Amino acid sequence: MTTDMYFALVLLPLAASVVAGLGGKRIGDAGAMAITIGGVVTSLLLSIWAFIDIAVLNGSSVEAELYTWISTGTLNLSFGVLIDKLTAVMLIVVTGVSAMVHIYSVGYMSHDPSRARFFSYLSLFTFMMLALITAPNMVQMFLGWEGVGLASYLLIGFWFKKESANLASMKAFIVTRVADVGLILAVLTTFAVFGTLSFSGIFPSLDTVAAKDYVFFGHSFPVLELIALFLLIGAMGKSAQFGFHTWLPDAMEGPTPVSALIHAATMVTAGVFLLARMSPLFEHAEAVLTLVAIVGAITAMFAASIGLVQRDIKRVIAYSTCSQLGYMFFACGISAYSAAIFHLMTHAFFKALLFLAAGSVIHAMSDEQDMFKMGGIRKYLPYTYPLMWIGSLALMGIPPFAGFFSKDFILEAAYATGGDMGLMLYIFGTAAALMTAFYSCRVMFLTFHGKPRASKEVMHHVHESPWVMVGPMMFLCVGAVLAGWLGHGMTDTHWWNGAIYIAEGHLLGSHEGLEEVHHIPLLAKFAPLVLVLFSSWVAYWVYIKRSDIPARFAKAVDPLYSWVMNKWYVDELYDLLFVRTARALGLMLWRRGDENTINRFGPDGMAYVTTRGSEALRRLQTGYIYHYAFILIVGVMALITWFIL
Amino acid sequence: MDLPLLSSLICVPLIGAAFLFTMRGDKETVDRNARQVALWTALFNLALAVVAWMSFDPSLGHMQMLESHPWIESFNINYNLGVDGISLPFVLLTALLTPICILVSWTSITKQVRAYMAAFLALEAFVIGVFCALDFVLFYVFWEAMLIPMFIIIGVWGGENRVYAAIKFFLYTFVGSVLMLIAMLYMYQASGGSFDIQHLATLNFAPEVQKWLWLALFAAFAVKVPMWPVHTWLPDAHVQAPTAGSVILAGILLKMGAYGFLRFSLPMLPEASAYFAPMVFALSVIAIIYTALVALMQTDIKKLIAYSSVSHMGFVTLGIFAGTVESIQGSIMQMVNHGVVAAALFMLVGVVYDRMHTRDIAKFGGIVNTMPVYALVFMLFTMASVGLPGTNNFVGEFLILLGSYKVAQMPTALACAGIVLGACYMLWLYKRMVFGEIKNAEVKVLTDMNLREKISFAPLIILALLLGLVPALMLDMSAKSVQAMVDNQKLKYQLEPAELALATQLKGVTK
Repeated sequence: MTTDMYFALVLLPLAASVVAGLGGKRIGDAGAMAITIGGVVTSLLLSIWAFIDIAVLNGSSVEAELYTWISTGTLNLSFGVLIDKLTAVMLIVVTGVSAMVHIYSVGYMSHDPSRARFFSYLSLFTFMMLALITAPNMVQMFLGWEGVGLASYLLIGFWFKKESANLASMKAFIVTRVADVGLILAVLTTFAVFGTLSFSGIFPSLDTVAAKDYVFFGHSFPVLELIALFLLIGAMGKSAQFGFHTWLPDAMEGPTPVSALIHAATMVTAGVFLLARMSPLFEHAEAVLTLVAIVGAITAMFAASIGLVQRDIKRVIAYSTCSQLGYMFFACGISAYSAAIFHLMTHAFFKALLFLAAGSVIHAMSDEQDMFKMGGIRKYLPYTYPLMWIGSLALMGIPPFAGFFSKDFILEAAYATGGDMGLMLYIFGTAAALMTAFYSCRVMFLTFHGKPRASKEVMHHVHESPWVMVGPMMFLCVGAVLAGWLGHGMTDTHWWNGAIYIAEGHLLGSHEGLEEVHHIPLLAKFAPLVLVLFSSWVAYWVYIKRSDIPARFAKAVDPLYSWVMNKWYVDELYDLLFVRTARALGLMLWRRGDENTINRFGPDGMAYVTTRGSEALRRLQTGYIYHYAFILIVGVMALITWFIL
Repeated sequence: MDLPLLSSLICVPLIGAAFLFTMRGDKETVDRNARQVALWTALFNLALAVVAWMSFDPSLGHMQMLESHPWIESFNINYNLGVDGISLPFVLLTALLTPICILVSWTSITKQVRAYMAAFLALEAFVIGVFCALDFVLFYVFWEAMLIPMFIIIGVWGGENRVYAAIKFFLYTFVGSVLMLIAMLYMYQASGGSFDIQHLATLNFAPEVQKWLWLALFAAFAVKVPMWPVHTWLPDAHVQAPTAGSVILAGILLKMGAYGFLRFSLPMLPEASAYFAPMVFALSVIAIIYTALVALMQTDIKKLIAYSSVSHMGFVTLGIFAGTVESIQGSIMQMVNHGVVAAALFMLVGVVYDRMHTRDIAKFGGIVNTMPVYALVFMLFTMASVGLPGTNNFVGEFLILLGSYKVAQMPTALACAGIVLGACYMLWLYKRMVFGEIKNAEVKVLTDMNLREKISFAPLIILALLLGLVPALMLDMSAKSVQAMVDNQKLKYQLEPAELALATQLKGVTK
């Protein structure tokens, strides 16, 4: 593949987005859809080509410059592409899911009056995501990073008449922006230390810098640990890790195809991609790696617990996404970046499938999202029903579906890492898997099984989605079934050809380590699967056989139930700590600071003294400009005279 | 070059302004002709500015297109003009914004149109004079002269509280100017009778003297920027000024203070600049965070954007006094960016103000339903103001942060808070004004932007994106001049020894 083709791969969605967005009126909705889908499908085909070139045929990585973006002083940044195996895998995920979501949206958004705008945003998102994953330097990556944030903001708030959607879009942008400060500080520190921001410039000097300290806010830190910490903060925001997770569930206000593409398969995985891309640096930062693992494990558990009790079908899947991202993080934390990217890939397929299937359900139920108002619709959705089961089984980690391979590998790697840390991660991960199985089954049972709980009116309209929606789901289903089989070679670090670096001492740094992962005790190997099956059975029992149990159980453990139901009260805490504080502070600085202090003792005070003090001076404040001009000239003359004479 | 380009840039608007007063006829004819004459004069001047840009050689670090004529020989005062890579961007920006201002006022100004247009042309002339002057007295004359048309614009065509705002504006700036005058006269004596700006920059004033001179100049420039705590004139001036007045105030006049730092404080008083830099950093960071928080709580759109200007200018002063090539380049870029973006934001306020005659945010809501083009343009400039990569503001802010981090780590890290707060107040503003259901019946009947309005926004939209994607257009212009300035001055900050050692070591590695 020539470099021009790589540029085309990245830029085509942008061009399509601009044409659809600005020319939407002229080319019509159909034209806008045709152009954007054409753009992203072409990108997909080019991505497959690139994947074959680089990942399958083991071609060497490609780095090419499109043009110099910012150049001044010692800084020289370019727009360009860097395609190695890591990027090649991401290309398939991003363009694959994006193309399917584009096509699906033709059906899903068919009643929407502003489809051109929707497709323009989708393609803009695709471009930004491509710019992010192909970035050869940290600043282009930041451009993509912020750009996907913009697209996410626009798409969450796509239905701009909905107050809740507007608030959710703002929240998503601002919460991730707080974390972006971490990324900015990482960029600044990297430039201060390395004098360059391109990956090919940074990585070779890592060993030289590794032992150095860097003073930040008067404290001395090992420099790479510091940079890694800043990067982690940035990654946590985008990937909705514990503490920064609050925006993701609210983001479900956006149209469902958006949730599938942005808030499940691609954008939220940018944080994991960042960790993998910067793996050479993280491998020099042991302390931060431990932190990455802890953050991931907590998120996996925490989000899964909330997923257990949500009523809104999309919110359950959102918390599930959050939880799965936690898995990817803790995989990175134990240096199993390859496993994290493997899980990222399988997750992209089955989670996008789940979301699109959920969208199909919502579509069928006349925009109802509350699972307690669904039930008994499996006969009416003959395609969506099995497709969603396959997605759920993949998510639960049932063999032979994709999720089994990747999730299992992560848990095994955690176990093989050993020590208290490894054991803790293994337990957290297994517990999260247990909960995942429960809520996945709960979604399926509540939605499709049992007696219908919707009104007659709604049930009358229940219908299977058109082929334009079912087709993409089937494509993703193929991924959800086969990605695990096809991709498990990725778990071997050598497969990555240097795109992912793992230090010698770490588990997957050597071939023996990989063997060790495959040969952990049988009990540890099968415990998660057994527990998953057990909790699925429990879900079956309480939601199908004895559907009175959940409500009674909730009542029995009410404080705990409320705690989980209210999402651990994190939103309320943040509202108190940040939102109210900032507003109170703003009001105080304005009223007390500007008006009552600066103005009072400054200009207003002066004016007051002047008017009160002197009758003569007051007469001068006539408002006539020539008076003031006159005073000005007299003043200047007087001063000049005084100084010169 | 035979044609004195810079003098032409100053004279053309003045001639146009004078011509306006020769027009005779009934009010309607005079008004109509005045608009046309003013617009074409400004456009002609813009063309001249482009010629100046074309004939400017960016590979030279020193002053170009020099003009020198004796003016008051007994005091060695000369009419010296010239531009370098630091002043040329502002000359271009002024020449661009003036015709836009005239277009913006096309229908909204109906009282004394002729005088209004004349005031704008005169303002353009004086401001270009400020940026081109190479003689301190000439600079001072333009600096003060520029106050008069601005004062008139606010005081005559302003809002209901215009007189208060005009006088506050005048009071603040005048106090500062007097101190600058004293500094100027001291320098004249100390240098043995020279007002030549280039000559003064080569002198070494004693460090103690530098400090006093620096403070005197700082008083004048800080008010203009404006820096915290002398910023309170700005919200009032903006709120009361007519739309075009706000555009020129935010777009050009705020840049004069920062330009003063670059032309006087840094090159002439390097030791004092280094000495006072920590104070400037502190004030900048306070400005960035304090005014961003205040902006968050504003109910008046114009006040919100005015406060955001103070916050954005905080980045500029931080970058200037950090004194690295990257940070100063970033500051110059950021000044131009702010000139584009804040000007556009004030114009956006003007568009709805012309239709609804209110600036109360609560009165709006749901504008997107009736004005989709307006919503799109507003979104673009909101994102530019937030500093989204791909827009011009990102490049400026990023370079400032990158350059300042090395010498002023803590202020730079704190300044990052401004990036978050900026997103908060802008997105909240956008949500309250543009998104949502229509609540006010007046919003329901709004008409979208007309052709004149679209044309007036077009150049700013192009600039916001072009400078974001191809910042070389701007950076290359000023690169050599900034490099020369940084090389020349003795603005040396102590790098941490460890850091320095690390840097040298790394150089060996990467090469």
